[in-house]
Amino acid sequence: MRSFWSIALATLTKDIRLEWRSKDALNAMLFFSLLVVVIFVFSFDPLAEESRHIVGGLVWVAFLFAAVVALNQTWARELRNQVLDAYRVSPAPANALFLAKAIGNFILVSLLEALMAPLFVIFYNLRVLGPAWQLIPVALLGTWALVVNGTFFAAMSLRTRSRELMLPLLLFPVSIPAVISMVAATTSILTGDDPAHFYIVLLLTYDVVFTTACLALFETVLQAE
Amino acid sequence: MTNPLTAPRGAPIIAVSNLVKQFGRFTALRGVNAEFDAGKFYVILGDNGAGKTTLLRALAGLTDPSRGEISILGKKPHEASRDLGYMAHPSLLYDEMSGMENLLYFDKLYDIAGNSRCEQAIQAVGLDAELSRPVGKYSQGMRQRMSLARAILHDPKILFLDEPFSNVDLHSAREMVGLLKGMRDAGKTILVVTHQAALLEGTADEFVWMQAGQIVDRTNHLARGHLAPGDAPAGES
Amino acid sequence: MKRAFPILAVLTALLLVYAFYQALWVAPTDALQGDVYRIIYYHVPSAWTAFLLFFINFIASVQYLANARPSTARAARWIVIAIGIIGFVAPFIPQVKQQLPTGMYPSSVATTFLIITGLYFVIGKYFVDQDLDVLAVTMAEVGVVFCSIVLVTGPIWARPVWGIWWAPGDIRLTSTLVLWLIYVSYLVLRRFSDSAQTQKLAAVLAVFGALDVPLVYFSIWFFRTQHPQPVIGGGGSMDPRMLHVLLISWMAFLCFAFLVCWSRYRLEKLRREVEEAEALESLLEPAGLAGPSSAVKTPLSRGSK
Repeated sequence: MRSFWSIALATLTKDIRLEWRSKDALNAMLFFSLLVVVIFVFSFDPLAEESRHIVGGLVWVAFLFAAVVALNQTWARELRNQVLDAYRVSPAPANALFLAKAIGNFILVSLLEALMAPLFVIFYNLRVLGPAWQLIPVALLGTWALVVNGTFFAAMSLRTRSRELMLPLLLFPVSIPAVISMVAATTSILTGDDPAHFYIVLLLTYDVVFTTACLALFETVLQAE
Repeated sequence: MTNPLTAPRGAPIIAVSNLVKQFGRFTALRGVNAEFDAGKFYVILGDNGAGKTTLLRALAGLTDPSRGEISILGKKPHEASRDLGYMAHPSLLYDEMSGMENLLYFDKLYDIAGNSRCEQAIQAVGLDAELSRPVGKYSQGMRQRMSLARAILHDPKILFLDEPFSNVDLHSAREMVGLLKGMRDAGKTILVVTHQAALLEGTADEFVWMQAGQIVDRTNHLARGHLAPGDAPAGES
Repeated sequence: MKRAFPILAVLTALLLVYAFYQALWVAPTDALQGDVYRIIYYHVPSAWTAFLLFFINFIASVQYLANARPSTARAARWIVIAIGIIGFVAPFIPQVKQQLPTGMYPSSVATTFLIITGLYFVIGKYFVDQDLDVLAVTMAEVGVVFCSIVLVTGPIWARPVWGIWWAPGDIRLTSTLVLWLIYVSYLVLRRFSDSAQTQKLAAVLAVFGALDVPLVYFSIWFFRTQHPQPVIGGGGSMDPRMLHVLLISWMAFLCFAFLVCWSRYRLEKLRREVEEAEALESLLEPAGLAGPSSAVKTPLSRGSK
């Protein structure tokens, strides 16, 4: 058991180190996130009265697009020099790799969100009318929901043609309940109209269900050639 | 199948029976039957497309057979992974990290005590453990040697090497052969797939000839029918 | 078995015609909606058929994954039995009975769970290994077709009656849309995947999809309680004569679905047999290894007739 966590941690630190050393990709992703926000700002009038009602949706759609870009490229690193074979040939458990990748993606996507969220606040002059602290569990649970399935499906897509297309294709349908919950929860908190508790519980359920499913089934995906 | 722990040198520790591997309509391995003994150095030869790489990958557990059985140390390849080392033509290393950083990571995957083993492995292949240059900037010879260091890091009983000498300068190649010879003498079992078999004449214990997905001959010397020692098989790149 | 097909086809055609006649002429006109409502006789049976087919796909996928090893196969069987027992007993317990939505009888919930367990074992008995995968892909393809019918007839019905094409809070239609999306992505994965493990990956996706559906249902359900929306298709009770025609229509659709699935299943099995024969030929074939004196005559080799 102890080796499971040390392998996951070692893989995570290795990924962070690699990401840090190829800062180009990271910078490009940050810039892409900024562009997404700007496009949304130009498309959806930030001055309109109803903006507070739709910003929840805009924010999460923007996060979703940024996440897909990030997810696509974190597995790509393992394909260069067929390095993934080195992992597969070792006795290290498949789950440890999955967990490390998922957490790494979570950190990366959170970083992108941390850049984009303030921009939305600025451009849309957002004031939170509901309990603002609730945005934290929504953000954490929502991001994990996207990332856990995203990491899983990105690994699945490695063995398909049109790899970059397959990831969103597989991810979006399964993510729909999570997206509904995230958006509704965020809108509830921003407008202060309704309580967001149910959605937070639903997000938690979603996360638990799919994290379990991913951990249970990842070995099958990893061993696929 | 003898108990591998008490098996005398020379007892079979790898057994392949009726191994078939098909990729859709293409058959890479057609019912391979073979046994490989402990502590011996085998060279696998054949034209491109003969199935050598597929055989090695199947033995390492990277490819599941379509049919047939593989037994390594009495277990399936996945279960024997602690005792296997694998090296292929791609380096299986992260280009952006130094050699030492790479090995420290792979070290963790095998759950063994760290730093000194990595240093020893790097030194054993004749490289400098302090070198902080990322692997992506190594010459091909250095990269192959570092890849070999990764494969032997956890002191495996069995080594599978696929084209370890390709694009490597003669000096490095000879050093690698010397290292492998030392490992064989220390009791490890080594299987090497290569087109440059001449390098291994005199070191290898047995040459295994493959053609069209089957083993067609096994000899003690690099001479088989029309092939003379040093002749490259037709069609190699 | 093969001779039965044309007979069944004719019977099905007759049944479909009968259902059509019943739906358009015999069934009474709806008091509120007029004759437009008759599309329900295509909309609802398609939905029930699609759900049934997708459910069978889910069971086949789970079995396909579980049967990879004897230990997991056994564990899966025990879990299914446990689900059946709990599902059968629970609706009758007072606390659980209270939670059931109005109109859902405990006995029907109990029977449903019993059917689920029974279906698992029946499928497991008659379909083994590869057949499970063939069953899964058949169910997915035909299910997507019926699901498409639901998604097309839904808005067509909604527009004249409620004045809108779509209501995001309509829990049934939106859940059906998500189910459709999941299974279309399932089919795309099967088409785009080159791996030897495509079948396992697709089965994994089917499991993910099945886990997703209840979550979709609840998320929309809660969304709707916060933002009341028109419900397309209405709820509540139905005139028994209409229900009668609905069931006839469903029978006809089931027969039709059965025929299509049967054809597709046979087609897929034949295709795989051809693939295997070709693979076998390629295995024995290389120059010099399978000459005219070879003992094995593969079905496709020139020597055989």
